Amino acid sequence: MAEALLSAIDVSKDFAIPRSLLQWARREPPAAVHALNGVSLDVQRGETLGIVGESGCGKSTLARCLVRLLDCDDGRVVYDGTDIATLSGAERRRFNARVQMIFQDPYSSLNPRMSVRQILSEALRVHRMRPPGEIDARVAELLDTVRLPPDAADRHPHAFSGGQRQRIGIARALAVEPEVLVADELVSALDVSVQAQVVNLLLELQDRLSLTVVFVAHDLRLVRHISHRVAVMYLGKVVEVAPTERLFRDPRHPYTQALLAAAPEIDPGRRTHRAAARGELPSPINLPSGCLFRTRCPHAFDRCRSEVPTLTPRGPVHVAACHLDHPEPTE
Amino acid sequence: MIVAAFPQFFAPYDPLAMDYVNLLAPPSAAHPFGTDNFGRDVLSRVLHAYTIDMQIALFATLFPFLFGTTVGAIVGYVGGATEAMFGRVVDAVITFPFLVLVIAIVSVLGPGLMNMYIAIGVVGWVFYARIVAAEVKVQKRLDYADAGRAMGYTHARIIFRHLLPNAITPAVVYWMTDMALAILLGSSLGYLGLGAQPPAAEWGVQIADGKNFMATAWWISVFPGIAIVITGLGFSLLGDGLAELLRGRR
Repeated sequence: MAEALLSAIDVSKDFAIPRSLLQWARREPPAAVHALNGVSLDVQRGETLGIVGESGCGKSTLARCLVRLLDCDDGRVVYDGTDIATLSGAERRRFNARVQMIFQDPYSSLNPRMSVRQILSEALRVHRMRPPGEIDARVAELLDTVRLPPDAADRHPHAFSGGQRQRIGIARALAVEPEVLVADELVSALDVSVQAQVVNLLLELQDRLSLTVVFVAHDLRLVRHISHRVAVMYLGKVVEVAPTERLFRDPRHPYTQALLAAAPEIDPGRRTHRAAARGELPSPINLPSGCLFRTRCPHAFDRCRSEVPTLTPRGPVHVAACHLDHPEPTE
Repeated sequence: MIVAAFPQFFAPYDPLAMDYVNLLAPPSAAHPFGTDNFGRDVLSRVLHAYTIDMQIALFATLFPFLFGTTVGAIVGYVGGATEAMFGRVVDAVITFPFLVLVIAIVSVLGPGLMNMYIAIGVVGWVFYARIVAAEVKVQKRLDYADAGRAMGYTHARIIFRHLLPNAITPAVVYWMTDMALAILLGSSLGYLGLGAQPPAAEWGVQIADGKNFMATAWWISVFPGIAIVITGLGFSLLGDGLAELLRGRR
C-alpha cells in the first residue's frame, strides 16, 4: 500500500472533568472523558476517507486532532512523514495551509462581523498566497469555484443561507490551497435538498484540485455515496476500516453490522423492528474492560472481557478489531 | 447640546465676570437662570461647565474602556489560572463601593481633575474587563475562532480581529452609561471639593456653591442639577441607540 499522507498512530485524547471540592477532599481520582482511545488510521493521498459512528464516539475529536486544533495526549499524528506536534512557527503555519478543516455549524463558523471578502482575503494575506494586487481577483475566483455570485464578496455571513455559508467555509479552506480537507459533519446541519448540492460540489472540487478528503459524518448513505474507504468508530476507537462497497456488503465487526442494520430502510418490506445493538452506549468516563463493544455485542464471550482486540486483516485492505474472524450478522 | 458645545458663542456673559449690583438675582430677562452669590450669570456658567463635564465624561472613561477591554479580551481568551487570578482582582475591587474607593485615591493624590481621572481609571477598568472577558469566553467557543486557529492565525489576530469585534458591544453600551455616571461622579467630587476646583464652572461645584443659598436662591443649584440630569439621560439614550445599531449589524 502506498505511503499514507496523513496518519493517526495510536492517538488518545482525554478531557478532564473538574473535580468538586468534596471529591477532592475524598481523594477521588480525577475523572476524564476518554474521547479517543488509541485511534490508528491512515489517509491515502487523493482518497476520500469516510469516518462514521454514533454521536459521542469521538469522530469530531479525531477530526480536530488531525488538524491540530487539539493536541493529542498520547500517540502521534503524522503528516507527510512529520509528527505535527513538533511543528511550530512558520512550519506550523505551512501545515495549517496544507491541511484545512471545514466546520459543522455554518452559523458559527464564519465571523459575523467580517464580509466574505474580508474572510477570504485575510486567509490569502496571512499565508501570502497572492501579492496584494491580485487578492481581489483571487477572491472572485474562489467565489466562482464554490458557485457563489461575485457580488457575494461584500456581504456579511448573515445574508446567506446555510448551504451558501457552508460554501463560503469551503472557499475559505480552499483559499490556502490545501492538500487535505477535513470535513466535520459538513452537511448535517443543512436541509436534505441542499446537502446534495454541497456534497456534489465537494466531490467535484476534489476531482479538479486532486484533494484528499476526510469526511466525518453519521449519515451512512452519504458516506457510502462519496467515500472510497470508510472507517467505523466506536467509543473513541476505530473498529473497522474497509473499501466502501466491501464494508457495506460484508461488514466484519459486530458493531458495523449493527450500525448498518440500524440504518433506516426505504423499502417497507425490509423494515425490521429489532434493535441491532442492545442497550446504551457505555459512558466514555468508565470504559468497559477488554473489547469496548462487548457490553452490547451479541457475540461477546469470555475473551472479550479480558483481551483488547486489535485491528487485524480481513482481506487485502480490510481490517477489523474483533476476536471473531467472521461473526454472523444477527438478523 | 450643540448650544452647549460652543459656550463662547451662546453664553450671554463671561462665566467668571462678577456683577456686584446683581448678587443673588432671581431669574429675569437679563439673567434667565439668575445670578449667584458673586453676581455671576448662572446660565453662562451652566453652559461653560458643559465643556468641562464632557471632558470628565470622556477622559474619565476613555482609559478604563481601552485598557479594560484589552485586558478583558486577553483574560477571556487565555482562561485558566489567569482568569481565576483576574476574578480575585475583580472581587477585591467590587467589594469596595466605587465612590469610596475613588475618594480614597483622590485624597491620597490630592484634589484636581487630573488626579480624579487617575483615580477613576485605576478602579474603573475592572468593570470593562469583566464584561469583555465574559463575552470573549462565549465567543471563543464558536467555530469561527477554531477556524482562525486552523488557519494558523496568531493569537493576537484571533483575539483582536475576530473575537473582540463580536464581544465589544456590551462594553460600548456600558461605556455610554459610564459617561453619565462619570459626570455624576465628577459632580459629586466637585461638590466635595475633590474634583474641579473653583472658580472653574463645573456643575457639581456650582451645586455646592449654591447649597448655602438653597432657601433664598434655589436657581444657583437647580439649573446645574437639571443640566446633569439631561446630559445623563442623553448618554443613556445614546447607549441604547448604539446597542440597537450594533446588534442590527449581526
